[in-house]
Amino acid sequence: MSILVIVEHDNQAVNVATLNTIAAAKEIGGDLHLLVAGENCGSVASAAAALDGAGKVLCADSAEYGHNLAENLAPLVSGIAGDYSHILAPATTFGKNVMPRIAALCDVPQISDIIEVIDSDTFKRPIYAGNALATVKSGDDLKIITVRSTAFEAVADTGGSAAIDALSSGGDKGLSSYDKSELSSSERPELTSANIVVSGGRGMQDGANFTMLESVADKLGAAVGASRAAVDAGFVPNDYQVGQTGKVVAPELYLAVGISGAIQHLAGMKDSKVIVAINKDEEAPIFQVADYGLVADLFDAVPEFDKEI
Amino acid sequence: MKILVPVKRVIDYNVKVRVKPDQSGVELANVKMAMNPFDEIAVEQALRIKEAGGAEEIVLVSIGPAQSQETIRTGLAMGADRGIYIEAGQDVEPLAVAKLLKAVVDKEAPGLVLCGKQAIDGDCNQTGQMLSALLGWSQGTFASGIEIAGDTAKIIREVDGGLEHISISMPCVVTVDLRLNEPRYASLPNIMKAKKKPIDALDAADLGVDTAPRLTLVKVEEPEARQAGIKVASVTELVDKLKNEAKVI
Repeated sequence: MSILVIVEHDNQAVNVATLNTIAAAKEIGGDLHLLVAGENCGSVASAAAALDGAGKVLCADSAEYGHNLAENLAPLVSGIAGDYSHILAPATTFGKNVMPRIAALCDVPQISDIIEVIDSDTFKRPIYAGNALATVKSGDDLKIITVRSTAFEAVADTGGSAAIDALSSGGDKGLSSYDKSELSSSERPELTSANIVVSGGRGMQDGANFTMLESVADKLGAAVGASRAAVDAGFVPNDYQVGQTGKVVAPELYLAVGISGAIQHLAGMKDSKVIVAINKDEEAPIFQVADYGLVADLFDAVPEFDKEI
Repeated sequence: MKILVPVKRVIDYNVKVRVKPDQSGVELANVKMAMNPFDEIAVEQALRIKEAGGAEEIVLVSIGPAQSQETIRTGLAMGADRGIYIEAGQDVEPLAVAKLLKAVVDKEAPGLVLCGKQAIDGDCNQTGQMLSALLGWSQGTFASGIEIAGDTAKIIREVDGGLEHISISMPCVVTVDLRLNEPRYASLPNIMKAKKKPIDALDAADLGVDTAPRLTLVKVEEPEARQAGIKVASVTELVDKLKNEAKVI
């Protein structure tokens, strides 16, 4: 039994969610192959070969794979799918975009966003925004799976010494092209991989007030997040959003400031190890999941917190 | 151009979901149902394209139990032109849904299929991409911007690090994200008008699609409930607890 993990990368470095995906693959068990498809992605292939557990790296280095366009990447993967019992990718926007296309080309169902490997055919995944957990079993010879990265501990990025095999390219399908990216530039860690997340909600009242949270975040080495209410109010961009319709995080410490705790937000952070809530409404539902709750006006509490840490 | 919009009937997003005691699924009896919110955004976008002169007809498709026709009516009341209903159970898997939709696309020949990026019941996020693959079309997923000019659609995608701009060839499948638009409410006259709009019924077997599930649902359970912790009286106490008790800062 061989398992293929599709490496997410930007032609420079391996995205950390890939390391969590490999952890899930190791739980399934079997020979582990890694696919690096990109453009001038040799350094990524080398980094992939060094990942803990890597058995072999397949590298498709060609212009049409430079921007992860699903129309080009999916046929490359479905073309080699016959060699594998499982194909895994992280349940990031990268994996969510390309994996169903691969599954349809292979005529197998996809199992999305798994949080637990029960056995090589059976997996647990959240449904209804994590308000219920479904255990599903596949009877197909090939399983196509996306992995929720926060549910698996990342493997080490050292220890492997896999061979790198070149994979010939399938050509540009001519259906789509990449124009540009507008990425949020930040010195802070990425939301989904940060050890500490400081999030603000509607209670922040204004985007400018997020500087208070940024100051705390910079002292703690934390990422800054937000509730959907804060995003919809225009305080911060959408990629800050934590929740069912945003990002799912599970840091060591989650600090929720001025967030009431709507079901949709809780779905995105309730697996955090320690949750702190600061809110002036003591009836706010966020306190029902918080390990430490402070009923206070955030405009007093946050600057004071900033001073004391 | 004709626009096809698949719409799904799901538990209303405001309803607290309850797992059945026998772990066979979630309780759907006597629960308020509604159109999947992402599908509402897709319907709204189709209406805006039509109102701007970019499309002549908007056709809605729903696959599911008989009440799915109400979901089609909701979309017709927003302004869509007609509906297609395919009878099936509640839990048709995304791959089978994509195959049924492909059969509809083959019949109707739309220039654009607008889907919600995921349904809020199964949270699979698969159907649009699968349909696009089966058709051999291009795909624009998680769209927060759509601009169609001739043979090309310019799509702004919501990706993990921010936004990505791509150009895709028409015809295409686009799956919509939350910030694309705010769906309108149906007005009373439009609700009345919608009652007279046609809904055609199609049969899955006639379309040559096997809708039997490929995955076995072993069980559905409640997630472990998180216990509420303690209230602290001051910022000083909070910092102390985080440093010395939880040891996270």
